Amino acid sequence: MLDDLAIRVRQNVGIVTAVLLFCILYVLYNLAHPKGFSSAVLVQNSDEIFALAMLAMAQTVPVLASGLDLSVGAVMTMVGCFASYLLTGTAAGAPLHLDIFGLHLFLGSFPGGISGILLGIVVCLAIGAAAGFVNGCVVVYGRIQPIIATLATGAVYIGIALFLRPTPGGKIDEDLNWALTNSLGDFAQTVHIFDDGAAGWFAPLAWIPVPFVLLVLIALLVWMPFRRSVLGRAVYAVGSAEGAAYMSGLPIDRAKIAAFTLAGFFAGCGGLFLAIQTSSGNADIPQAGAYTLNSIASVVIGGTSLLGGTGSAIGSIFGAMILRVISFFFRIFDIAPLLQPLFEGLILLAAVSIGALGVLRVRNTLELFR
Amino acid sequence: MPDAVAAQGAFLELSGISKRYAGVRALEGVDFACERGKIHAVLGENGAGKSTLIKIIAGVVQPDSGRMRLAGHDVTFATPSAANEAGVVCIFQELSLMPDLSVADNISIASPPRRFGLIDNRAQRRRAEQLLAEIGCEDINPLMRVRDLPLSRRQIVEIAKALGKRPRLLILDEATSALTSADVEKVYAMLARLKSEGVAILYISHRMHEVEALADRASVFRNGRHIETFDKGGRSTAEIVQLMIGRDIATQYPVKPVRTSVRPMLALDNLSWEGRLDRISLRVGAGEIVGLGGLDGQGQKSLLLALFGVLRGITGRVTVEDRDIRPSSPAAAKSAGIALVPEDRKTEGLMLPMSIVDNLVVASLDAISTGSLVDRAKERAAVERAIARLQIKIGAPGDAVSTLSGGNQQKVVLAKWLMTEPRIILLNDPTRGIDVGTKQELYRLMRELADQGAAILFYSTDYDELIGCCDRVAIMYDGRIVRELRGSDLTETNIIASALNIDAASAASAAHA
Repeated sequence: MLDDLAIRVRQNVGIVTAVLLFCILYVLYNLAHPKGFSSAVLVQNSDEIFALAMLAMAQTVPVLASGLDLSVGAVMTMVGCFASYLLTGTAAGAPLHLDIFGLHLFLGSFPGGISGILLGIVVCLAIGAAAGFVNGCVVVYGRIQPIIATLATGAVYIGIALFLRPTPGGKIDEDLNWALTNSLGDFAQTVHIFDDGAAGWFAPLAWIPVPFVLLVLIALLVWMPFRRSVLGRAVYAVGSAEGAAYMSGLPIDRAKIAAFTLAGFFAGCGGLFLAIQTSSGNADIPQAGAYTLNSIASVVIGGTSLLGGTGSAIGSIFGAMILRVISFFFRIFDIAPLLQPLFEGLILLAAVSIGALGVLRVRNTLELFR
Repeated sequence: MPDAVAAQGAFLELSGISKRYAGVRALEGVDFACERGKIHAVLGENGAGKSTLIKIIAGVVQPDSGRMRLAGHDVTFATPSAANEAGVVCIFQELSLMPDLSVADNISIASPPRRFGLIDNRAQRRRAEQLLAEIGCEDINPLMRVRDLPLSRRQIVEIAKALGKRPRLLILDEATSALTSADVEKVYAMLARLKSEGVAILYISHRMHEVEALADRASVFRNGRHIETFDKGGRSTAEIVQLMIGRDIATQYPVKPVRTSVRPMLALDNLSWEGRLDRISLRVGAGEIVGLGGLDGQGQKSLLLALFGVLRGITGRVTVEDRDIRPSSPAAAKSAGIALVPEDRKTEGLMLPMSIVDNLVVASLDAISTGSLVDRAKERAAVERAIARLQIKIGAPGDAVSTLSGGNQQKVVLAKWLMTEPRIILLNDPTRGIDVGTKQELYRLMRELADQGAAILFYSTDYDELIGCCDRVAIMYDGRIVRELRGSDLTETNIIASALNIDAASAASAAHA
């Protein structure tokens, strides 16, 4: 059994390193923070981490299949813009208009109330997954390299977002915003469960931030089952040795499409949350780009190889958290915020260098070019 | 005789199977059959059609014509998994494992045990343990990643993976070549058990003693044709070697000069690398063409790569004109006067989308540059000289090199290296996929270069070519040089006997008999 543990640790050294690094950094941060180790700080940090953690998970899946998805930021932005129309929470429902080519079309009314909000969430996530599905189909059936395929589709998604929200705007139901971006206690109070959060058994849990719970739920209910499904296994196999995967009779095309679809779904989760958090929709192109690049950095810091085949979305979550904690430090230590990219860059370089040490073990240098 | 095999009870029957690759015949009207509960060896030299045969049976390639019957029913396998479903499982030479996945994942990759729709990791692990135990290799931890296992253990995993598919017809293509001798014994025991359970086994091996020990029946292939099938003990080793030798129309080779003394140029002493090259000592003199022979994958390519500075961790000594050199990279090898025409001209030899000019001068940019700028006039002159010398047939020198025929592409590779004026020329199977006319030009060129004082080390899979071109041929087996043939000893019989590492004397005496 000890053997097994040693093997598992050795195989997941990237993730273990990321987890340890995050723990150290986060404890230091809380020690330095005047209100460290409090629910308020935890809630604030979780809110700031959630969207990037989702995008990091999104990026992981195509990377495992040795692809890169440059559209995750765009999908996030597009879904956020949709959310700013669908989650307004107006009791009478939201009228949906479409102005295109000089025509003014009335599309009907999106339902309001609690059921409307739930439906809106489902529709937003479905839009994210659909965008990912389109990516997958372009890659598989168009036989286009993922990096260029998603560069193109990403521009399309940003275009749709700009069409929906030429200027920032829209509205998100206030209760939804409040319930999802605070602690479990606030959530219970807002949606009136557990005696409005006053139930005795609930008290020890009331401090936990809702985004943190959502993150854990998505990891446990979406990522873990996928990883253990035949399709998930096929994604790893394709990234490890596509020829061998083919010779083993695995569904290669389906695995790639699934990888991009899941990426779209995770990116949709991120976009939905960002819209809820900011209570608006904003087709912010620089933000979409920054999120995409940070998602790649998170994946690498989290111990996933860009060559595919090894790694895990869990590691990427920690990668995203490390990137975010670094920015937290700038806040409390009052360092010039302009230095932030410099430090993030240095940490990324260090992480990548550790991953590249394997090159030194290669005995046939021709293999470096294959 | 073939008809004896077509007897009733054949599990797999092939009739009239033909296959061509780009016009080159790989199999021609092959009739073949094998039975359940028998181990059937398939023999033949490089390019005899064995690999194509098993690829067709395993569904990797489709035959152009012919019929395949399995257990009395006509079958066609569009993919390897279709063959697997019919109980036809092949263990390929090139491993089909995914290096980043664990041993257990790999073994159950095609149909993992599931619980509630998800892969049951525990059941999968038990299955892996059980299958590895069936081979007698319980010591492999199923949690290990395949990447972290040595080659011999990977081969065992590959075998376990095949076993897990519960084959009715198991094909082993050189499946024991990477195994340690202890593991080979275990695999033998496993094969014997499968045989007693009624599995039909096709066994391809270049190790004659293995075939003698294992096979109940053997079929010899030559030039894409099925030559003969006989039961165990039906033919002696020497007779089998004779059956394997082809009788092709001889190509014209330039006359070999007779030399009394040779000035030493390249000397290797006890060169070893990673267990793939084993204490190699070899001399190549100025003006000499020395061949590297033997079966595919016995270390010939590694030896050339080692000399060209591609491999790391080499031990032993390399001297050029009595001066020690230690090639650490292709660039270092180049400055020591070494040139290599690599194995794959499309990826290692040429930059296909670039022009003929760019490809020709790429190794000798220093010589045609003034300062750090390429001198156009010198470049044009050098290119014209090279094209004229090798008679490369081109449209315009600015055309992409990919527009040329295979033979002319290979001439570009060679011309590129001749521009560096090398003292030592390493050739890795340079005539593969090249038409006969260009081949003869290359042979003449090689001899010309040797006469001008170059030392040439020439690896070829074509024995006829080795005999025709080389002053001496070193035969490699399992990373070692097992024999050096020269003069009248340089015959096909001797090459094949040495390549199979069997008693050369007995094979030779049979040939003269």
